[in-house]
Amino acid sequence: MSISTDLRARAETLGQSLPALLAEAEHLAATLMLGEHGRRRAGQGDEFWQYRPAHQGDAARSIDWRRSAKSDAHFVREREWQAAQSVTLWVDAARSMAFSGDRDRAPKLDRARLLALALSVLLLRGGERVGLSGTTPKPGRAQIMALVEGLSSDNPDDYGTPDVAGMVSHGRAVFLSDFLGNLDPLETGLTLASDRGVRGVLLQVLDPAEEDFPYQGRTVFESMQGSLRHETQSAGDLRARYLDRLAERKARLATLARAMGWHYHCHHTGQSAQTALLWAYSALEGGR
Amino acid sequence: MNMLAFTTPWLLWGLIALPILWLLLRAIPPAPIRRRFPAVVLLLGLNDEDRQADKTPWWLLLLRALAVAAAIIGFAGPILNPENRAPGSGPLLIVLDGGWADASDWPRRMDKANTLLAEAGRAGRTTAAIRLTDLPQPVEFQNADAWAGRLAAMEPQPFAPQGYADWAKILPTESFDSYWLSDGLDHPGRDALLKTLQSKGRLTAFLAPRPVFALRPAAFEDGKITLTAARLPGDTADLDVIARGPDPSGIDRELARAPLHFDANAPEAKTSLDLPPELRNRVNRFELLGQRSAGAVSLTDDSLKRRKIAVIGGTPDREGLPLLQPSYYLRQALTPVADLVEGGLSDVIPANPDVIILADVAKLTPVETDGLLEWVNKGGLLLRFAGPRLAASELSRAEEDPLMPVRLREGGRSVGGAMSWGEPKTLAPFPENSPFHGLAIPDDVTVSQQVLAQPDPDLTTRTIAALTDGTPLVTRKEIGAGQVVLVHVTANAEWSSLPLSGLFVQMLERLAVSTKPAAPDAKDLAGLTWVPQKIMDGYGLERDAGEIAGVAGETLSKAMVTGPGPGLPAGLYASAERKVALNVISAKTAITAATWPADTVIEGIETVKAQALKGILLTAAMLMLALDVLAALWVSGRIGGLARAAVLLLALMMPHDAHAQVPDDVKALEATRGVVLAYVQTGDAAMDQVSEAGLRGLSDQLWLRTAVEPEAPMGIDLEKDELAFYPFLYWPITPNQAIPSTAAYAKLNRFLRTGGMILFDTRDGDIAGYSGDTTPEGQMLQLIASGLDIPSLEPMPKDHVLTRSFYLLQDFPGRFAGGAVWVEASDPEAEKAEGMPFRNLNDGVTPVIIGSADWASAWATDTDGVPMFPVGRGYAGEDQREISYRFGINVIMHVLTGNYKSDQVHVPALLERLGE
Repeated sequence: MSISTDLRARAETLGQSLPALLAEAEHLAATLMLGEHGRRRAGQGDEFWQYRPAHQGDAARSIDWRRSAKSDAHFVREREWQAAQSVTLWVDAARSMAFSGDRDRAPKLDRARLLALALSVLLLRGGERVGLSGTTPKPGRAQIMALVEGLSSDNPDDYGTPDVAGMVSHGRAVFLSDFLGNLDPLETGLTLASDRGVRGVLLQVLDPAEEDFPYQGRTVFESMQGSLRHETQSAGDLRARYLDRLAERKARLATLARAMGWHYHCHHTGQSAQTALLWAYSALEGGR
Repeated sequence: MNMLAFTTPWLLWGLIALPILWLLLRAIPPAPIRRRFPAVVLLLGLNDEDRQADKTPWWLLLLRALAVAAAIIGFAGPILNPENRAPGSGPLLIVLDGGWADASDWPRRMDKANTLLAEAGRAGRTTAAIRLTDLPQPVEFQNADAWAGRLAAMEPQPFAPQGYADWAKILPTESFDSYWLSDGLDHPGRDALLKTLQSKGRLTAFLAPRPVFALRPAAFEDGKITLTAARLPGDTADLDVIARGPDPSGIDRELARAPLHFDANAPEAKTSLDLPPELRNRVNRFELLGQRSAGAVSLTDDSLKRRKIAVIGGTPDREGLPLLQPSYYLRQALTPVADLVEGGLSDVIPANPDVIILADVAKLTPVETDGLLEWVNKGGLLLRFAGPRLAASELSRAEEDPLMPVRLREGGRSVGGAMSWGEPKTLAPFPENSPFHGLAIPDDVTVSQQVLAQPDPDLTTRTIAALTDGTPLVTRKEIGAGQVVLVHVTANAEWSSLPLSGLFVQMLERLAVSTKPAAPDAKDLAGLTWVPQKIMDGYGLERDAGEIAGVAGETLSKAMVTGPGPGLPAGLYASAERKVALNVISAKTAITAATWPADTVIEGIETVKAQALKGILLTAAMLMLALDVLAALWVSGRIGGLARAAVLLLALMMPHDAHAQVPDDVKALEATRGVVLAYVQTGDAAMDQVSEAGLRGLSDQLWLRTAVEPEAPMGIDLEKDELAFYPFLYWPITPNQAIPSTAAYAKLNRFLRTGGMILFDTRDGDIAGYSGDTTPEGQMLQLIASGLDIPSLEPMPKDHVLTRSFYLLQDFPGRFAGGAVWVEASDPEAEKAEGMPFRNLNDGVTPVIIGSADWASAWATDTDGVPMFPVGRGYAGEDQREISYRFGINVIMHVLTGNYKSDQVHVPALLERLGE
């Protein structure tokens, strides 16, 4: 529990640093404002839409007396119809995400959870419904606690696969993982999700060590659970080929995302979490 | 002779195991590192390009093999230069020459002798050590420890060993081994001693590789000083001869320098120095630079000095008769040995000659008389000769003329001439108190005419030479520092045959009118008592002879030939006005190499210490193993973080001296931020700390009480630091501090001349003055101060400005009270001001203050301002501390404000406060 409170506190801190961003986005386009998305028609909502002459059947209390007093007819104040988005988060909690290339650096999973929660805080604050994959997205700040609880669970497998089963149609999805495992289940999942009209974000979280491969000498490389292993006499010689393969995988992810209308981004735990958060935030808005 | 031995040689068999180790190590590749790496997925299927690293690299193997080899050899205990002298038994005699030739490497000889003693002590042998320059005395063999102390007290003597044969006779009858630390020179009687030593047992000789150089007395030839140095033949060598003497301010310094080149195998080298007479007369000694021995020093005496003599003759009776001129013979006698000054009397007196000779001059103008009198008073020698004019004049007739030693009778007398009775008179033997005592009187010296002295009570004491009938021939009177001598005959051959004889020249020499160009011979010295003025020690350092008794001229003349000996040290001997140098090396002293019989064991004197290499080798092994760890890590790719740690570790281990790295500029900036009191670092850390604390205490008091607000005190390294920034230097004297270099002296003198002040503190006020001798600190101070441009000093007078520059003070205690404090002597002509207790002293800040009161200790406070050392007892002690602070404040005020307080403007106010 203390870990999750800590996580929540850090996420809140990170989320708090973004109001300026929110304000800016608000300024740019009120309609693009996250949360209560206007449907350009009268309906339930808080924003003013139009005055219309009162019809038969309109309740007396719905008449806008101030407007009506300016003329002889009665007017009703109509509000714009607003509805919230449903965002589903998937954070890969597999063992591979527990890797950190440096003692001073937090594991990838920490960063992924932090980003997911910060994003959730932002989204919830904006009035969206947020939920982890496999649960129903819900609005309100109380949902944060549920999310924290949900994020605290670990997956004992080496590499994780996304669960797209419970995704709300036409919702949004955020996948946070290192995407180092087999990509086929991901592809399947993504196809399924896009069939349901789900658009979203693939955020690849990597450790700088995975990006640089700073190893030398005789080394036995093992996956976190030991299921895979590879021995080399001179790790330094493998670097170039490893980097090629990594670039290849990134390219495949990017292609996959583009094909499905998703967004792909690679984030390193050595970088600031805010950049990734900003990117994810704007990507969820459908831009870029 | 680099030899290697092992304490446990059998361990070396371990080296055989090295090839096996090689094979073993080669077979085992370095272990891989296991790494958790999620991206291993991407690595799967990648093959290594080469598989070489699974064998240990050859250089790593070599390193390991070397490390193990070093460890094995190290444990086998290798020793470099092992002592492989066969241990002897029975008593051991250590023979030291102990003469001047030993002095230059005396410490090494002592080391060697001590090593031999210690060896003998370990072997349980009784020992004895003799110094052959000593007078022979019975040798007793004793415990080595007993001799160690006595050995330490031995110093080289300023002469060559002379009693070899006597020593040979007095050696013990029992058999013993001997070690002879020879100076490499042959001395008389050496064969006898050698034979005796060989007959007693095994003889080992130790020879120093250092060449022996000796400087012969300087000779004056053709207006130049010729210097000859001798040595044992060897390679070419270049030396410098320097002439030392007092400069115009009386400080001993180098006056001239000449290079000296020895050709290969040349036993002697010559050089010459052409010095102006003023400079030449000041030369005290010549020395071979860098040769620290009495043999390399040659003291100079009168033979090098050329006196300035003015000869004034009366106007000649007739022209063109030079042989009859009164001054002709004088000029003949003096030209080769003195510098003659020509001119009239009033012209030559300002030239300040050493001697003025008046040959038959009777009439002097009052101006001339006054001038001459003043000149004689200052130490001039006025030599007058009689003659017809003097005899005819009224000079010194009724009453004694100030410039005549006696009253004269009218007319003089003539004996043995055509118109008189009697035979020409001959000279009586010279009396004991006469400077001529001991001179042989030739038979053919006769006197036919003379001026006669009036019988006076003083006549006998003033007569230094007389005729056989008792009438005075030469009379002398002392005036002030000088003297007037009257020769009662003419300076030409008119009245006597004296000027024609050799005696005349000798008499002039004895009167120090002229000086002999060559070394004095037996005749010159005989009959006089010669008192040593300065004597040399074995290292060639001069010191005051003190109360050493004089020696007879005969003894001295013998020593001139054989060289100085026990009881007759080398040095400068004086009789009346004349000075004779007895040097270790005379013009004839032979420098020949000692020869050794073929069967003598000869060793170098270098004490090659047996050096155990075990530690070095084991350290090397450890280092190599450490290197191996790093290399192994590097090979296996684990070096990353470790390398950083290693660099950090190395940086931490790197010795760094914060002080040494402070650049001069930083110190200069610190020093110029405000007034900074500085102290001279003595090299004794504890002393320097006290100095610093003392100046800190004084600085604090200055802050509290005066407008002077000094920064933190600083220590000065005389050799390195610039002195110009500091107004004041506190210089505590420790007996073993280093003498400043020439450059440092130049800096110090500049500092003193430009208004700096040095407070010398010998810190021995508790003991100084009780023992008769000067303390070690006092001697050190003399040594240090000899190079400094210090004016004449006097104990601080009661009215010195230091007594009132801030506080009114009567005494100047530090930690010790009552010691004298010396400052620059005030102008003797300063007059006491009318109605004032002070003299009119308006000039001169004293450049030095010398005392022994240990002021720094009295001033010293720790960083909290608490006094560090007790002063006196109880409250009286605190009073003393207060006064000592006041003294310090006065000193700083004096340094900073000069003699402002000496200005008479302040006197009324001061008087009021003094209650007078």
